[in-house]
Amino acid sequence: MGKTLFEKVWEAHVVKTLSGGQEVLYIDRHLIHEVTSPQAFSELEKRGLSLFRNEKMVATADHNVPTKNQHLPIQEELSRKQVDQLIKNCKLHGVELFGLGHPFQGIVHVIGPELGITLPGRTLVCGDSHTSTHGAFGAIAFGIGTSQVAQVMASQCLLQTRPKTMRISVNGQLRKGVGAKDIILHIISKLSASGGTGYFVEYDGSTIRALSMEGRMTLCNMSIEMGARGGMIAPDETTFEYIEGRKFAPRGKDFEKAKTYWSTLYTDEDAQFDSSYTFDSADIHPMITYGTNPGMGIPIQGEIPAIEAINNMESFSKSLKYMGFEPGEALLGKKIDYVFIGSCTNSRIEDLRMVAGYVKNKQKAPHITAIIVPGSKQVEKQAKAEGLHEILAAAGFELREPGCSACLGMNEDKVPNGAYCVSTSNRNFEGRQGPGARTLLASPLVAAITAIEGKIVDIEAHLG
Amino acid sequence: MKFTKVVSTAVPLPFEDIDTDQIIPARFLKATTREGFAENLFRDWRYTKDYTQNPDFVLNQKAYTGEILVAGRNFGCGSSREHAAWSLYDYGFKVVVSSFFADIFKGNALNNGLLPVQVSDAFLKPLLETISSRPQTHVTVDLEKQFIAFEDKEEYFDINPYKKECLLNGYDDIDYLVSIKHDIEAYEASSKII
Ligand code: SF4
Repeated sequence: MGKTLFEKVWEAHVVKTLSGGQEVLYIDRHLIHEVTSPQAFSELEKRGLSLFRNEKMVATADHNVPTKNQHLPIQEELSRKQVDQLIKNCKLHGVELFGLGHPFQGIVHVIGPELGITLPGRTLVCGDSHTSTHGAFGAIAFGIGTSQVAQVMASQCLLQTRPKTMRISVNGQLRKGVGAKDIILHIISKLSASGGTGYFVEYDGSTIRALSMEGRMTLCNMSIEMGARGGMIAPDETTFEYIEGRKFAPRGKDFEKAKTYWSTLYTDEDAQFDSSYTFDSADIHPMITYGTNPGMGIPIQGEIPAIEAINNMESFSKSLKYMGFEPGEALLGKKIDYVFIGSCTNSRIEDLRMVAGYVKNKQKAPHITAIIVPGSKQVEKQAKAEGLHEILAAAGFELREPGCSACLGMNEDKVPNGAYCVSTSNRNFEGRQGPGARTLLASPLVAAITAIEGKIVDIEAHLG
Repeated sequence: MKFTKVVSTAVPLPFEDIDTDQIIPARFLKATTREGFAENLFRDWRYTKDYTQNPDFVLNQKAYTGEILVAGRNFGCGSSREHAAWSLYDYGFKVVVSSFFADIFKGNALNNGLLPVQVSDAFLKPLLETISSRPQTHVTVDLEKQFIAFEDKEEYFDINPYKKECLLNGYDDIDYLVSIKHDIEAYEASSKII
């Protein structure tokens, strides 16, 4: 019997299998950031262990950093301490750090791919659930807890129970105004926020093949929002073209050799998945969420489900009460206060180009606060080189410096209590963007249109 | 941190999809040590906006205490922050019961001596009802024999045998992984991954 893409990559990394079926999995690259690494470093120190393969680690500062005046010392004391601790730890243990001020600094899931650290066939982990992003290259990438961060530091390995496999195929031509973000919000709304738990997902089908690498990253990024360990896409010409010439990617002959290997990384025809779903692109509309988990999404011109359609009333009612919405209500025409464009889901150059392209020669609605946070220094640099910052500024958007920002509100970028924010990030949990903040997840295009109109509009009708 | 058996009253939290941002909001993740997370467990549910206790939240009601937390389906979804497991443990919980756990949370809990017990929906429902209406009810969780019981009801639960050994004996994955260093080096020497 043939093998799935996941099985091929996984099996190439098994160091040892234990009697209970657990496997010791070798990790090719370990990414760390300031929030989930300090306790791991102290754990090692406590046990008198050193880093096993520090050359396979890369660090950045992203979660906690301000997005204004990054050249100045961090104002907030606890954030500054955490970032300083990272600098200290990296220096002491010889870990390469792309910290504040470095031209490669940025959100960990943006910089891995853009620097060519993320490659097909690799295993990659980070103490961050959206590590699933890197699966877009045909890598096995998943988020881990801090105890596991320490395990990888100590041994470059993890003890794992092999997840089940799921195939999600999406076929056909996308509708106007629909992109990768809408695809994944559509899928999660159908499978629920826990529909993928226990699985590793492979996305395939003609729609997926036609996506750019950045679109594929957006898709894989949100695999975790249906509970999946990760998502992956078989590498192809689009992948190779993206990788070639990147800073840490193999070059010349090495690249050709790598490509030959990468080209074997696909699911064999007779391979079996534990579960499969198929979606038709024609059914996917621009999406938006109305509730407090990413599974609570609807087409933007649709209605919030009526109470009769719901299984767990208690959770549903609690969620709608928090959002200030009624069952059965439409979202069209709802006034919005904030627009946040950023996060590891949608902060790459294509996202910024999309937004700038739409808002060019337009003005944001006066009551809207619109912030746009590039995913990395390199994205920021590119945006400036293309003049996007001027277009955005002219439209009333504030272009900030890179970081996670209002995606999780650890720094000062928070959405005020009760305010509505259309956000291109990945989580609409209660309080995620600040205590009492109400988040509606959407694509960069929907976010841009919302900023201009000041309210939710039917974008399909709007685009004509 | 050896774990064997817990007999205790239990705290009901009958919501589904309780995510890690609720268990410990992001703004409390700035610590560089593992201590002191109990204070901010379920912070935004426990306290109102003006920092007074929210009397409607179960942890603020004197009747409900214990070492066991019983929650709705898909507990611990969301981020990988291990701080969620630390704060539950730090608060005094030894066991979390649900009919479904998010993967990363489950692993994090097991790595920190907090036992996630997955039960059927048919068991969870009467359990939640019983401990809500009769908070003095004792619930037993026996890791050795892998069962959970209250009143006249009992259910067997699954746990990975390796993880069970670890919990019972108080050792962890790092100890094991460091002990197989030679296997890891042999793997590295043979790997063709770029
Ligand atoms: S942007 Fe948001 S989701 Fe992505 S790594 Fe940062 S905090 Fe996590």
